[in-house]
Amino acid sequence: MMADRAAQPVLRVESGENGIVLHLSGRLDDGTVAACWDEALGAVAAARDVRVECAGVDYCGGAGLALFVALEEAAARHGAHMRVEGLAARFRELYDGIEREKLRAVSGPERGHGGWVGDVGYVAAERAGDWRAETEFVGEVGAGLVSLARHPRGLRVREWWKIVEKAGSNALPIVGLVSFLTGVIIAFQAAMPMRQFGVDIFVVNLVALAITRELGPIMTAIVLAGRTGSAFAAEIGTMKVNEEVAALTTMGLNPVRFLAVPRVLAGIAVTPLLTIYSMAAGIAGGLVVLMLIDFPLATLMNQLSGALEFQDIAAGLIKSFFFGAVVAGVGCLRGLRTGAGPAAVGDSTTRSVVTSIFLIVVLDAIFAVVYYNIDF
Amino acid sequence: MDAEYIVEVQGLAAGYAGQAVLHDINFRVRCGEIFMILGGSGSGKSTLLKNMIGLYPAMSGEVFIGGDDIVGARGAMREQILRKFGVMYQGGALFGSMSLEGNVGLPLEEWTHLPAEARALVARVKLQQVGLGGFAEYLPSEISGGMQKRAAVARAMALDPALLFLDEPSSGLDPVTSAELDELIRSLSRNLGITFVIASHELSSIFAIGDRVIMLDGGEIVAEGDPKELRDRPTNDYVRAFFHHGKERPAA
Repeated sequence: MMADRAAQPVLRVESGENGIVLHLSGRLDDGTVAACWDEALGAVAAARDVRVECAGVDYCGGAGLALFVALEEAAARHGAHMRVEGLAARFRELYDGIEREKLRAVSGPERGHGGWVGDVGYVAAERAGDWRAETEFVGEVGAGLVSLARHPRGLRVREWWKIVEKAGSNALPIVGLVSFLTGVIIAFQAAMPMRQFGVDIFVVNLVALAITRELGPIMTAIVLAGRTGSAFAAEIGTMKVNEEVAALTTMGLNPVRFLAVPRVLAGIAVTPLLTIYSMAAGIAGGLVVLMLIDFPLATLMNQLSGALEFQDIAAGLIKSFFFGAVVAGVGCLRGLRTGAGPAAVGDSTTRSVVTSIFLIVVLDAIFAVVYYNIDF
Repeated sequence: MDAEYIVEVQGLAAGYAGQAVLHDINFRVRCGEIFMILGGSGSGKSTLLKNMIGLYPAMSGEVFIGGDDIVGARGAMREQILRKFGVMYQGGALFGSMSLEGNVGLPLEEWTHLPAEARALVARVKLQQVGLGGFAEYLPSEISGGMQKRAAVARAMALDPALLFLDEPSSGLDPVTSAELDELIRSLSRNLGITFVIASHELSSIFAIGDRVIMLDGGEIVAEGDPKELRDRPTNDYVRAFFHHGKERPAA
């Protein structure tokens, strides 16, 4: 204990007949107070009368004052008396200024909704409100697109073109890479077992159909959801937090028409193009694998032209229009529905990606059923 | 540590993207004084402040904080210098996800060995010192702008620094709240001996609390001294325009 005390020159405890004296000296800041906090409180725990002698204190910050308050409380707990003496006037002023009842009062604002029952109701009401807002949004975007079709001059072409560039051409490398590797992987995984049955040339059919009908559109849409939809949500969300959206509204401009419509239009324009590119890259990936296992290119091309019909590509492209609209629309909607504070933008971005991917998969399932039933 | 001066800026040049905004700035801040950096919007006040606290790398020159150069410091040395002072940012920059107690307690939690309940008490005492007793449980978004600034001062004071930098403490505040903040700065300076370096263009605060000022214009110091003296005996046209709202310029 002696060694401890030597390392803590600020506190010296002196026990007398009538109680204890705590000699404090030097600088009472966070560091020194932390070093003697437990010892000081421990000394007071059993004492009947506590005097804190502060003549040697040359600085007393918030931590020192907090120590006094803690000592007071500890002493009062077993009915002892505690007083602070010798404190310089400028620190005394701070010490006397402490309002003890406010210090301990737990006076946080009302935040609860009344237990979990209340929470469930609250969340349900919020979801209902969300549905309403989402329906409104879809209607507004639809109306905006229709009016844009009637008056194409209403489109701010320069800004729209920038959005197209960011969402479209800048996405080419990642879409190309993902699709190419998807084609490679499928071809590789299929070629080995199919070779055992001598039907490995049909890997071409497999890759072509899987890529054009399903994987090309889906991979593109998912990359777009992670890349572009989230960017829309973050961009518009930040505008919302900075009151830029409010500024648009008070200028009499509809934020949905102004912000969402050009982005959704860009999404619809860009996604099919990226999807075609993705299909080409995917099939190329498959063909590369087959060439590596010694199929001549001419054979592969011949097989491909027999395997692939225009209908297959069209089936993928039709989907991609919807995927593009969904990804861009969800991004913009989430952005516009951003709450307050810095965490809100992150929340909107996350929700935009999650919702987009969910809707892409659901839409794809619906398309599968519809195509099957109309034999497309 | 130099006994008389806590901050020394020598030949500081600073700017953005190779473009110098400040040229050859030299001044010293005495221990315990309230030192104000004045200047119009865009005069480089905030740039100077951000270079002094090591947030931006200076293009050349030195900034000594308590005797150590922050411009060249790296790693542990830099960390040690950073802990010598507290900073209040213009918007308060409180962490929105934490209560006020959490905001003030965060540096205590990271840098001291205070037990948890002691930490809470210290944070609450510090909040009370800035007049926010009873608001410890509130989130920054639940209190007013003036209270946020005071909470930011409490957080800047968390580690008992001898030096506080305040960036535009009265921006966006009404005159009453602004005067309350000035009073707080005065009392912290008087009672705890804290040195303040404040970037400001608020005339009322300058005269209320400023012990010594420098005035920036065009990236240079155009005046230095006691604010009231500068007001009464302006040394050049810019100083005259600044203190007299441009009214008493020589008749054109």
